[in-house]
This record gives sequence, structure tokens and C-alpha cells, in this order.
Amino acid sequence: MAVVTGDQGRARSHHAQAAFLYRPEVRQAIYQVVLVVLLVALFYMLIHNTASNLRKQNIASGFAFVDRTAGFDVSQSLIDFNSSMTYGRAFLVGLLNTLLVAGLGIVVATILGFVIGIARLSTNWLIARLAAVYVEVVRNIPLLLQLFFWYFAVLKALPPPRQSLSVPGGGFLNVRGLYLPSPVPEAGFDLVALIMLIGIATSIALYVWAGRRQRLTGQQFPVFWTSMGLIVGLPLLVHVLLGSPMSFEYPELKGFNFQGGMVLQPEFLALLLGLSIYTASFIAEIVRAGIQGVSKGQKEAALAIGLTHGQSLRLVVIPQAMRIIIPPLTSQFLNLTKNSSLAVAIGYPDLVSVWSGTVLNQTGQAVEVILVTMCVFLAISLITSAFMNWFNRRMALVER
Amino acid sequence: MTYLTKLVAAAAVGVIGAAGAASAQTKTLDTVKQRGSLSCGVNIGLAGFSQPDDKGNWTGLDVDYCKAIAAAVLGDPNKVKYVPTTAKERFTALQSGEIDVLIRNTTWTVARDSSLGLIFAGVNYYDGQGFMVKKSIGVKSAKELNGATVCVQTGTTTELNLADYFKANNMTYKPVVFEKLDETVQAYLAGRCDVYTTDQSGLYSIRVQQPKPDDHVVLPEIISKEPLGQSVRQGDDQWLTIVKWVHNAMLNAEEAGVTQANLGEMLNSTNPDIKRLLGKDGELGKGIGVSNDFVANIVKAVGNYGEVFERNVGSGSRLKIDRGLNKLWNKGGIQYAPPLR
Repeated sequence: MAVVTGDQGRARSHHAQAAFLYRPEVRQAIYQVVLVVLLVALFYMLIHNTASNLRKQNIASGFAFVDRTAGFDVSQSLIDFNSSMTYGRAFLVGLLNTLLVAGLGIVVATILGFVIGIARLSTNWLIARLAAVYVEVVRNIPLLLQLFFWYFAVLKALPPPRQSLSVPGGGFLNVRGLYLPSPVPEAGFDLVALIMLIGIATSIALYVWAGRRQRLTGQQFPVFWTSMGLIVGLPLLVHVLLGSPMSFEYPELKGFNFQGGMVLQPEFLALLLGLSIYTASFIAEIVRAGIQGVSKGQKEAALAIGLTHGQSLRLVVIPQAMRIIIPPLTSQFLNLTKNSSLAVAIGYPDLVSVWSGTVLNQTGQAVEVILVTMCVFLAISLITSAFMNWFNRRMALVER
Repeated sequence: MTYLTKLVAAAAVGVIGAAGAASAQTKTLDTVKQRGSLSCGVNIGLAGFSQPDDKGNWTGLDVDYCKAIAAAVLGDPNKVKYVPTTAKERFTALQSGEIDVLIRNTTWTVARDSSLGLIFAGVNYYDGQGFMVKKSIGVKSAKELNGATVCVQTGTTTELNLADYFKANNMTYKPVVFEKLDETVQAYLAGRCDVYTTDQSGLYSIRVQQPKPDDHVVLPEIISKEPLGQSVRQGDDQWLTIVKWVHNAMLNAEEAGVTQANLGEMLNSTNPDIKRLLGKDGELGKGIGVSNDFVANIVKAVGNYGEVFERNVGSGSRLKIDRGLNKLWNKGGIQYAPPLR
């Protein structure tokens, strides 16, 4: 091997450098790095600029206000809250209220949506038409108007506290909400709760075991009735044997309002109703599309091997339809969660009302408060989305 | 590579340009003159203070202040662009420069003076928070409200005062908080709440809009000090001075007895005080950046403070609010303006 002389070496290494730079993957990497650097610089400038402008205009910034006393009250709270607690606590109250209404809304909307979606495909002319009318009316009216309708129409229809409607079992319904007796557990109730928890755990195990056994041997096991016995029957039996260790606190009219018991406020009911009914109309269409997306032969084959209509729907059609249903269903869940921020219009103390309403106004720190609100909604949405994607993978058609 | 260089250069120019624009201090007076109109932040609708009529003309006490400033600065009270703001949006609108001045029944507090980048230029209405209930529930005093449900609009000092008052009197209550005035009032009327609370002026304003105002009672207790004032951005002393002295001019005009009706005669007055006030003598206007006859312009456009008050919220209006604290200092009230000298 000849020793490469200086000139030649430089030329070759120069050549090699050029070749290195012209390799497509290297160039792509360079472009991407440059893009990232630019983006980071842009965001840095944005944040820096905002902060320095706020400083220049003497507008307070930072998150020190979170530990300050809030000084206001909230009408509905899942955790203990009063006006001497902090803004941070108020944030939690709002967040939990948002999660409560969004969570319940998703459950109710899904059930209602499935029922109506299947009803739209019913061979019964009247049921199918009624479901179609529901979908077309509800999904074509703006949600905010529907919320106002549910809130104010229902409010105006309900009587004042002194003329409350009685609800069977010691409850009352009036313009201030639905008052129900609240259960007060007494000594020994822990045991009942424990047995119920064990029942739930056993039922889950049973479900898994029965499923595996059926796949292997074809033998069926009455999972539903056994589970009901374990979760409801057994705890109930223990409850009675222990002499019913639970009493009820009944709401009573005192002064302006009912005191005691628990209350579902009209704001909460209207919001839950409005969100569920609205989203259910979209879910109904998704369910219908999903079911119609399963080829007709599947249903015919199911009927041919002797399954009933109900069984063919439950065991053959819907499991396959789920693959089509889940991705758009996820979007609807996300929509519902985000739409819950309309709560502020009808006085429900959700995150937007408490945190980016009252707290923002009292502290005046719009940038921080809105930023946090956006991050929270983003986080809730991403978590929901991640869960639904996982569920979707579980439901995907497994080829054997 | 040239493509990339251009990209970098463009991005850099964009970022630096944005920074430059944002940090440049502009004088509000020049902006207003250049634009040829005053951008005035007002309430989206509060009878007596700022409300558009069926033809879209704004009227009210706060609106007249917008007109007065426009008359002083531009010589024409109609050169105002009214920007309706909710309680929540108002400070952001001022901070961002969307409006030149905020005159929206806004309470002057130290927190607002210190943390929002704004500064108050006077008090055009001394108010206080009160309660309104339906006559039918038979409550005569706020002390009887233990356990009541209270409808309240967010975005104000109202929620704080409410919490403090009930706590101080060892009473409990349930707040129902709305973002907009309309829904708050609707919920109160529908019986969702026993009580509606806001500044007393607001209560009177809402009461008079009801088909049967006598079905509602404003309780006598006033639970807070609510000096409602006009505010501007910090860092523009000239503009602050103008807004401050428009208010003072209206008070001084009332004190001197100059009204919309007698302005013609007053302009020929030989009284040195009046001559100075109306710009016949001295250079008072020029010193703060407006014309010397700015007081005459204001009075011609909207009248003096007393006239503005009585026409919009006082005896000449449907609200019939007693002037109370808002009387001039020499008539038993606390409206007092430094002299125009």
C-alpha cells in the first residue's frame, strides 16, 4: 500500500465529506435537526417575549397565586372546599367536577347511543323512524342551545322548594334540584363492602376462566347469574344477617332549602342530560354504520346455524362491528369531554367555570390560567385516547 | 443550503419583528387621533350604564363618559367605537390594546391597580354590593338570608364579598355562578336562587327591566365598597391625565353651574373661574394634550356630571337611583374634583 500523499489525501477526504453530506439519510437528519432547533427557538422566543411583555406592562406572572386563599365558595364539590382554602384546591374541585360530568356523560351517551343506533336498524317501522327522528333533530341543533333548553325549560317546569314533588323513598324534586336520602354506613357495614369487593374480584376471575374453558372445551358456564349472586346476592344476605348496618339521612325543608341528604343540582342534571343526549345521536350513527359495515353474509350464516336474532347480533355482528365503531367512538368521547366546558353557561362549577372563570378573574393571570386549562384538557383527551387505542387493539380481529 | 439559509433568515426576522412590535411603546393619544375614533370598552348591556337601543345607539352613564372623552380628544362625541366586553374579557381587552379606555362599571381595587397592568383614573359612580330578593319570600334584611341560594355573575369582586359577608355573619349559603348576566338573572327569576347579588346600581337596573319591578326588593344592606371607575393601561401618563381630567371637568362644570342648556350664555361669562373652565382664558387644555375648550366640548356633548347622572340612572331615568354618595362634596356626597386652575 502506497502512502497517500498530502494533496491526494485532502482531495479524497474532501470527496468523502461531500459524499457524506449528499447521502439522503444524512441530509434528512440534518433537515430535521435544523427544524427542531428552529421550533425550539421559536417557542423560546414566544415564551420569553410574552414573559418580558407582561413584566414591562406590570402584569403579574408566575404561579405563586396557586397557594393563596381563594376566598370564594363553590356550589358543588366532590372534595371538601370552603372559601378559606387555596386557589390550588379550587382547581382540584373544578377538575373533579369536569371529570365527574364527562365520565358519567360518556357512560350514559354510550348506552343511549347503542340503543338508538340498533333501534335505527330495527325491522319495526315505528321504532326505526323514531330513532331516525331523534338522531336528525338532536345532532342538528347546537349543543349550547340544547343546554339552555334543558336547563331553563326544566327549571321553569319545576316547583319552588315549598311545593316540592315527592319522590318515592323519601326524596324531593324542586327547582333547587333532586334531593335524595343519603346512606349513612354504620358499624359492620365495612364487612358488607368487603364481601362485595371480593365478589367483584371473584367474578372477574370467573369471567376469564369461563372464557378460556369455553374456547378449549366448548362448555358454557352461567357467568352472568353467578356474578350477580356474588356481587349483589351475597353482600345483601350478609347485610340482612348483620341487621342492616346502614341508615338513611332524609332531606328536610329548613328555611330556604332542604337540608341533609344528598342533592343533584339542576345545573349538573341539565349538563349531563344535554351532553349525553347530544353525543348519543352521533354515537347512534356510528353504531349503525358499524353494524351495516359487517357483511350481510355474517348475519345470514349466524341465523343459518340456528342462532336467534338477538344472539346473532350479540355474538356475531356486534363484535365485528366494534372494530369499525371504536375509532370514531373515541372521537365522540373526546368531544363530550371538551364540550363539558360549556358548563360555564349554565352555572355548573366545572374546571372552566371555577378555574378559568372565577380564579382567572380574581387573580387576573390569564396566560397562566388558560395555559393550565389547555394542558388539562389535552391531558384528559390524550389519556382517553390512549385507553381507547388499547381497547381497539384488544377488539381488533385476531386472525388464527 | 441557500434554501435553508433563507428559511433561517425569514424565521429570525419574523421573531425579532414580532418582538419589536410588541415592545414598542405607543402613545394612546396619538393612536386615537390617527384612528380618528376612540375605542371604548363598555358593558355588553346594563340598563343605565351602557346599553344599545333598538337602533344600535349606545346610551348610559359609562357610555356618556366615552362620549365625553371623544369630545375632549377628537372634538366629536360620536367618534366612539363601543367594544362590548364581558366581566371576564375586559382587562385582557385593555391590556392587549384592543380598547383605549375601560369604562365598564369596574371596581377600583389595589389588586387591579397592581397586578393587571392597568391604572384607575377616577370614580364615576360610588357603588356597593347589595342583595335583591323576591318580595314574596318576605325577607326584610340580608341578615335573614341564612341557608339561601345566591345567584352571582363571575368575574367580579362579587363572589369574594359574598363569601366574606356570610362568613362574617355566621351564615351559610349556596352560590350558583354564571358567566353572563342574562343567565344569572334568568336563573334568579326561575326561582333557582332566593337571592341575586351584584352592585346595587346593577340590582336597580335589573329590577326596572322586569315586567313587574315591584315584585322584587333591593335589601337595605350594602356589604362592600364598590368605587366604579374608568381605567387605562399603565405607562402612558399623558392618556391617564386626559381620562382623569375629563372626569374632573364634568364635576367642576356641575360645581360651577355650567349645564348643557346654559353653555351658550356661560361662554360669554365674565367670571374668571368660568372663563378658565371653558377655555376662554389660559392654556389648561393644551397642557394635557387636548384643545383648550375641551370642557365646553364635553358639556356640549353630554352635559355636566349631574346631568349625566340624572339622565341615565337618576330621576330622569327609569332606574330612579338616589344620588346618595354621588352628590357633589358640597351637597353631602363624596364626588370631589381638584380644581381646574
